[in-house]
Amino acid sequence: MSIKALILLSPILPLLGSAIAGLFGRQVGRAGAHWVTILAVMGSFALSSYVAWQVFLNDLPTLNYTVYTWAVVDNFNLEVGFLIDSLTALMMVVVTFVSLMVHIYTIGYMHDDPGYQRFFAYINLFTFAMLMLVMANNFLQLFFGWEAVGLVSYLLIGFWFKKESAVKANLKAFLVNRGGDFGLVLGVAAVAYYMGSLDYFEVFARAPEVSDLSVNLMGDASWSVMTVICICLFIGAMGKSAQAPLHVWLPDSMEGPTPISALIHAATMVTAGIFMVARLSPLFEQSPTALSFILIVGSVTALFLGLIGIVQNDIKRVVAYSTLSQLGYMTVALGVSAYSVAIFHLMTHAFFKALLFLGAGSVIIALHHKQDMREMGGLGRYMPITAVTAWLGSLALIGFPFFSGFYSKDMIIEAVKASDRAGAGFATVAVMAGVVVTSLYTFRMLYLTFHGQTRMDEHTRSHAHESPWVVTVPLILLAIPSVAIGYFTIEPLLFGGVLADAITVSPANDVVAKLAYKFHGPFEFGLHGFVTPVFWLAMLGVATATYVYLFSINVATTVKTRFHWAWQVLDQKYGFDSLYQKGIAGGSLALARVLSTWFDSRLIDQLVVNGSANWVGRFSALTRKLQTGYVFHYAFTMIIGLVALLASFVWLR
Amino acid sequence: MYDWPLLSLLIWLPIATAVLVVALGNSHESLVRPVALIGALATLLLSGLVYLGFDTATAAYQFQERVLWIEAFNIYYHLGVDGLALPLVLLTTLIGVLVIIGGWTIEDRPHLYLAAFLVLEGLMVGVFAAMDALLFYVFFEAMLVPMFLIIGIWGGPNRIYATVKFFLFTFFGSVFMLIALIWMYLQSGSFQITDLHQLPIALEAQILIFLAFLIAFAVKIPMWPVHTWLPDAHVEAPTGGSVVLAAVMLKIGGYGLVRFSLPITPDAAATLDWLVIGLSLVAITYIGFVALAQSDMKKLIAYSSISHMGFVTLGLFLTFAIARNSGSLAGAGLGISGAMVQMVSHGFISAAMFSAVGVLYDRVHSREIASYGGVANVMPWFAVFAVLFFMANSGLPGTSGFVGEFMVIIAAFHANFWFAFVAATTLLLGAGYSLWLVKRVFYGEIGSHTVAGLKDLHTREWVVMVTLAIFVIGVGVWPFPLVEMMEASIAELLSHIVESKIK
Repeated sequence: MSIKALILLSPILPLLGSAIAGLFGRQVGRAGAHWVTILAVMGSFALSSYVAWQVFLNDLPTLNYTVYTWAVVDNFNLEVGFLIDSLTALMMVVVTFVSLMVHIYTIGYMHDDPGYQRFFAYINLFTFAMLMLVMANNFLQLFFGWEAVGLVSYLLIGFWFKKESAVKANLKAFLVNRGGDFGLVLGVAAVAYYMGSLDYFEVFARAPEVSDLSVNLMGDASWSVMTVICICLFIGAMGKSAQAPLHVWLPDSMEGPTPISALIHAATMVTAGIFMVARLSPLFEQSPTALSFILIVGSVTALFLGLIGIVQNDIKRVVAYSTLSQLGYMTVALGVSAYSVAIFHLMTHAFFKALLFLGAGSVIIALHHKQDMREMGGLGRYMPITAVTAWLGSLALIGFPFFSGFYSKDMIIEAVKASDRAGAGFATVAVMAGVVVTSLYTFRMLYLTFHGQTRMDEHTRSHAHESPWVVTVPLILLAIPSVAIGYFTIEPLLFGGVLADAITVSPANDVVAKLAYKFHGPFEFGLHGFVTPVFWLAMLGVATATYVYLFSINVATTVKTRFHWAWQVLDQKYGFDSLYQKGIAGGSLALARVLSTWFDSRLIDQLVVNGSANWVGRFSALTRKLQTGYVFHYAFTMIIGLVALLASFVWLR
Repeated sequence: MYDWPLLSLLIWLPIATAVLVVALGNSHESLVRPVALIGALATLLLSGLVYLGFDTATAAYQFQERVLWIEAFNIYYHLGVDGLALPLVLLTTLIGVLVIIGGWTIEDRPHLYLAAFLVLEGLMVGVFAAMDALLFYVFFEAMLVPMFLIIGIWGGPNRIYATVKFFLFTFFGSVFMLIALIWMYLQSGSFQITDLHQLPIALEAQILIFLAFLIAFAVKIPMWPVHTWLPDAHVEAPTGGSVVLAAVMLKIGGYGLVRFSLPITPDAAATLDWLVIGLSLVAITYIGFVALAQSDMKKLIAYSSISHMGFVTLGLFLTFAIARNSGSLAGAGLGISGAMVQMVSHGFISAAMFSAVGVLYDRVHSREIASYGGVANVMPWFAVFAVLFFMANSGLPGTSGFVGEFMVIIAAFHANFWFAFVAATTLLLGAGYSLWLVKRVFYGEIGSHTVAGLKDLHTREWVVMVTLAIFVIGVGVWPFPLVEMMEASIAELLSHIVESKIK
């Protein structure tokens, strides 16, 4: 088979698997459903690995080709096609690997759920959609994949559709994402207008011609076209990658089953925005203004949303806020033109965050679906594999030297420091402060869950035990890259030019190149990691968490009461949720009701439409009285008329 | 086979079937439904032949038939289809079959009910296939009668109010069109639409004609603010009536604009395009908000229809603004193609949504959203289809609902950033009212004892749902054939409307 056929098969397999498990779930049964879908993803992973092998080791040249023509209209060739280069290959492997782990894990997690087949159908469908997104060679297909993953996310957050909180969360997720897509659609429309094409390569080729154009959107203020395009596109990324202030849907998405929190809301879908900006680096490089905007948004997300994680008691929500914060780090990297570093962190984060979510899920299974950390504690004794892998994931998350997250996060911080982009100063402070916050909430979670006293009731405690192998094996398999992938990939990805065929950075902006001369191999870099300020900042967080949550838990309560206002600000999540709920959703609904009742029903329909009909009716009711049917009335009227006519003649003479 | 008068067959076969169905009447009641279905299916197959024989490379009218009808006024029975008419003819014959299947269980005088739909189908094909303006007018008016009867006899409790309103509104509009047609006949001596396309007209006269057409077609589409008949008509209409009304009859307004207004009065259209664009944007946003506030499912879908038809009128009238903005016509074809695709797509999606409401109404006899809740628990397959169709309604890529809106938004950007900005609000509003309905009706705990006892779809409902799902997804995944069908005619239309007709 040709490589193109193999590439095509990669998304098609999970699509077929999804169709079989979804449409014929009853016929194939539970085991049939998980076998079909797992084999499909396994095939997809094997094919992705093969493609990656060809791209990375055999120097397969970039493939850019059309699969089929979607429509041809008005000189626009709208196509479904694939662009296979290093970036795509990397994403394919990450997506299919995490997806495979989550598929296997799901056998254990959803064991007793009546919607077993449906769940497998959804996650298979998700894999298809995500692959279509990362493999796209044009904006149309990007948008298809973008919304298709959003659809599956919607279906999965609302998987337990009887739960009111779940179906509220999925509606919220879809609508907030649509808010982002609003920007994305305008960005795509702008690209179509200014570049006359939706094909990536054609658009990239024409981007320099557009870079000098400007447009007046409102009044006399003139905007660079590139800035408008890039900010519009990035608003789409803010929705999908949950950047402030469009982040509100992600914590609520935890209403969905834990495997999809790992797959969709941590490792893959939410990184689509990061991926998109990296994929479109030739456009974003043309607009420093847009990049500064990205940098600020990312910094705010990285620091301030991480802070909320400290006050959460639901184990999944801690990890969710951590995800927001880490997505902020990736966005910061994009903002300083360090696209390859963003992708590097995307990859390491995919592994360790999926691991942490699945670890949290393993705890949740053990405690019969309890998620409140106040009712946990000391679980390390009962579930050693989960505890050890969670420790490994946590060390990666806080950036402990030699762990995967260390390499990617340290590079982000170094890149920000080296950058002279407007906003980089603020960003430096935010990402450094974020390090303390990250280690604080991470170790708080570790201690509250696995260490200290057991705080659950006796019944739950006596049933707590390690999860079955379908759960622990994915944990172990994810722990390996969480620990080691950074060490082995930092050099080729960032300094070896592996991503150079996919990512364009103008030399003036190239902070990664500036860092290259400081980099003397991963081992040196790791050793040096122990003496940097970043390390001590992280240790500060760890030490604080250790002191408070391991030894004197009362301190937490004291701090909470003394700084109640601060706690409340964080507990209220800075008021974003109520603003959206009351202000935007409530406001729209109130407006809708006013328009519907007063304007549409009363003014247009009652007053104008029926009013004029009534007026005609009244008028004719009057005139009808003249038509009495009595001959003498008509005769009399005629006589009066005749007299009046004659009189007028006489008078006017 | 192509030398048969295929278009005439498409018009008269359903009508002849209707006569047969009425004749069978009460005496052979068991035959009524199968005969009606066979008639509709045969019509669908014949329209398939037209599709297969249609040459997409040319903008010419094909399958023409021309017979002198009224010599004194030079009126011809003249039929033909081009790339703009054919998709709508196909839509009509498909929906024609689905409403017969959907109306299977009507118990009140089923022969008359089915006959009314068959007659309606024939007349609607006539509207799209007519090449003579007066013939068009005759079909245009005649089609009101069966719809009037369908709502008036088989409708809900307030049906008389709704039918009278429906009839007066549309009749009021079409009188102006008739006056315009007669005026142009006096100028040109012909009622043939292609002759009218060539007729030079001064700008003042063009504007009057344009407004006359606009009133006629705006009521049909319907455009804001002459839309208030539609929610009432939908609410009172039986399911089949709503399906045909939303899927096909509204499209006649859009078709009228593209067949009459744009080519006959291009200068007036260029002068007054701001009016249509403005009303379209109002429809998309304002009506989107109004839809959000509805508590009656049919009303909600009716308002959603008005909002989605806003994309049709917007797409059709972007051409002039694009030319003014960029000095070229790049993007104009995208707008018109998008508008046409949107019409066909809305035909599928609105038919599907009204059918879905019909499925619930048949079981529970309520259209109120509040009467439901948790339907997905008891009707899982139905919920799958419903989620698909409401997602399509909110413009999900991969469904037909995305294609037209996407094209129109891109075209709108070619004209003005803010047009695109306002049009793109549909992403939020459309998803808002569609998915909020899904949440309240399908998700959550089972809402009532009635809902708890619901049975999932039966075979006939399956047929309707699967058919519509195939088209909704098919057009979304591969709109190529549909777009290709229209391409030549749209290019021809564009070249025509940029030439001034002022002499």
